[in-house]
Amino acid sequence: MNVIHMLAALGAATRQALADWGFGARLFFKLLKMSGAALRRFGLVRDQVHFLGNYSLAIITVSGLFVGFVLGLQGYYTLQRYGSAEALGLLVALSLVRELGPVVAALLYAGRAGASLTAEIGLMRAGEQLTALEMMAVDPIQRILAPRFMGGVIALPLLTAVFSAVGILGGYVVGVLLIGVDAGSFWSQMQGGVDVFKDVGNGIIKSIVFGVAVTFIALLQGYVAKPTPEGVASATTRSVVVSSLSVLGLDFILTAMMFSI
Amino acid sequence: MQRSKNDIWVGLFVLLGAVAVLFLALKSANLLTLNFRSDYEVTAKFDNIGGLKPGAAVKSAGVVVGRVKNIAFDGESFQAKVTLALQSQNQFPADSSLKILTSGLLGEQYLDITPGADEKNLVAGDKIGSTQSAVILENLISQFLYSKAAEPAPGAEGKKP
Repeated sequence: MNVIHMLAALGAATRQALADWGFGARLFFKLLKMSGAALRRFGLVRDQVHFLGNYSLAIITVSGLFVGFVLGLQGYYTLQRYGSAEALGLLVALSLVRELGPVVAALLYAGRAGASLTAEIGLMRAGEQLTALEMMAVDPIQRILAPRFMGGVIALPLLTAVFSAVGILGGYVVGVLLIGVDAGSFWSQMQGGVDVFKDVGNGIIKSIVFGVAVTFIALLQGYVAKPTPEGVASATTRSVVVSSLSVLGLDFILTAMMFSI
Repeated sequence: MQRSKNDIWVGLFVLLGAVAVLFLALKSANLLTLNFRSDYEVTAKFDNIGGLKPGAAVKSAGVVVGRVKNIAFDGESFQAKVTLALQSQNQFPADSSLKILTSGLLGEQYLDITPGADEKNLVAGDKIGSTQSAVILENLISQFLYSKAAEPAPGAEGKKP
């Protein structure tokens, strides 16, 4: 009898997992389908870009600056051992544009904007505002979720570009102004080694993928949150954990696809 | 009022992002040198290219005058066939020669083009005949060891002060 129970529990868990995945996938395609309609009501999207993008600008800029500072210091420490400190610009630019910019910006964005998205949607769910919208024959996915999705997908690549650019300036400040690496070779090594499409372009593709993933996970976790204070709290936690992990996992997959060949 | 204020801030944010992308593309990468100058292609064959990669610089007198566009293996002569894109404002005599050099001890390898004395200049599609392969450290060491071994051992023909 016990075995039967365990078997049933396994079956129920599998079914639940499949149902959750299916619900997520259906919501994802619905959001994709509605993104065109969302863009037509641009006022809503603009407000979300303002909320998700502008308010994250401070944390992104400051973090980018300090990541650039640290890259300048640590990179110089390693490079000067081999007498090639003038390659500092290349090291700073490549690591920021290819990896650190997209990943760190997405992690910060998940903590700063993704968490607030989840809490907002979860509280709407708990306060039955989503149900009220449905009662008024307004599709909450179209009115509430789709503009936030588009806003996040627009905001994160821009934030990532700001992060990388500020980080390179930070590396310049430490490397050239403080340590005294030659400014000409700092920039020329960078321009010789960084490719517009292979490095900068792939970094932008990464940031778009991360924007889609983080924003979608935040919205999904808020949408399926239990309508209780504890439910919203655990949904917010899960949103940050799941989106951070998926950013790191996706980054490995994307890097393997883009740069290994 | 609230609406138009938001518009301004979002506009500023998007503008900042666009400036950042432009900065990455123009200042940190090589978009300007890539697209807005025309160049002509010549080919050359090397016995051994060492660590030369596509995109490596072609320099003359230390100044970048072009880039390595493509590297392929020629199955007939068993040599490496290197395609160079030279900037069209830099013309070189047809009998110029190529060397593979290394910048610094651990630096990237690049091609050095030494101008010849021919009246005619290189044109697109030309082949550069005189090339010098990359220096392979292992070959250098084994040559050194062989030449050492060939020398008479010190002390073999009598004592020297």
